[in-house]
Amino acid sequence: MAREIKVLGSGCRNCQNTAALIEEVAAEQGVAIDLQKVEETAEIMRYGVMSTPGVVVDGEVVHAGGVPDRKSVAQWLEAAQ
Amino acid sequence: MFATLGDRIAYTLLGLSPDGSLGPAVQFFVMDTAKIFAMLVAVIYVMGLLRAMISPERVREYVRGKPKGLARSLAVGLGAVTPFCSCSSVPLFIGFVEAGIPLGVTFSFLIASPMINEVAVVLLVGILGWKLTALYVASGLAVAYVGGIAMERLRPERWVAGYVWQIQMGETAHPKLDNSLAGRHRYAVGEVREIVGRIWKWVLLGIGVGALFHGYVPQAWVSEYLAGGEWWSVPAAVLIGVPLYANATGVIPVAEAMLAKEVAIGTVLALMMAIAALSLPEMLILRKVLHWRALAYYAAILAGAFVLVGWGFNLLA
Repeated sequence: MAREIKVLGSGCRNCQNTAALIEEVAAEQGVAIDLQKVEETAEIMRYGVMSTPGVVVDGEVVHAGGVPDRKSVAQWLEAAQ
Repeated sequence: MFATLGDRIAYTLLGLSPDGSLGPAVQFFVMDTAKIFAMLVAVIYVMGLLRAMISPERVREYVRGKPKGLARSLAVGLGAVTPFCSCSSVPLFIGFVEAGIPLGVTFSFLIASPMINEVAVVLLVGILGWKLTALYVASGLAVAYVGGIAMERLRPERWVAGYVWQIQMGETAHPKLDNSLAGRHRYAVGEVREIVGRIWKWVLLGIGVGALFHGYVPQAWVSEYLAGGEWWSVPAAVLIGVPLYANATGVIPVAEAMLAKEVAIGTVLALMMAIAALSLPEMLILRKVLHWRALAYYAAILAGAFVLVGWGFNLLA
């Protein structure tokens, strides 16, 4: 089943970079993901995140405040399999 | 070392004259670019390794529910060690409001955060010396403290956009951190990339302005009009600085060039604070949560405070 991943962010460049990075790593690892961008401030805040971009994997906030590094992304996707 | 590099490139390699205007400007530009970026990378890396930067989510937790005086002191102090990205100022503002943190305290945080941060402080000490750094930090903290109180007096609640009060924030998320050395190293490299990637333009711009001042503004003119702390020079510096924006690091080379030509210290401090604290992009972003009237007062109060700080130091000097 595809893993549900959400990128929280107001559409800033770092948020787009984060989404692109996750897609890239998922493709490399052959992991099926369902990637959504959450851009509504109210929605972002509901996750308890104030510093964007943030990343939510299967409902759990795994990252906030900057573009994550490649290795962390790989770990999240691995753990999600 | 960096000065030698500047000399080599400007005078030996490009064959410019150290007596003209272009030569010293290029020398300054090369020297400061090498110096500031080397320091920036080193300092951010070490701070990242130590995890010395505090996230706004943590600040919110520390400040919420505290008595007002303590809350304000914490907001100002923590604002000085929180890396600030104007792109986060809206969620930050909403998060503070939602936590029941008084608006005046939130404003104190918003003033302190862009003006002072630990990375800029280390660079300030390295380039301009600890004395100027202490003055800059102390007056920055004071302005943030008093500025928040002044905003509160204006009852800014009436200017907060209605939807802000409706937002419910979830449990603050604190993602688990990988605290192994390798994890810390990766985090630190990520911070360097993120922060330098975000601010390099402002820093280069600041170095460029510093270089122009260094090379092209005649010493005699500075001595006559700016060295004695003439009263009008401070409001003029603030008027120039408010619409301009460079982040706190980008302001350093400008101050360096001005101090080298003995511009009065209060004038330099007022200009530094006005450039670092207020920016048009941040105002436009905050416009999403605040009526423009609140932003106008915010800018006016800060500008007034910077003028007072500048005059104060010029009088003392």
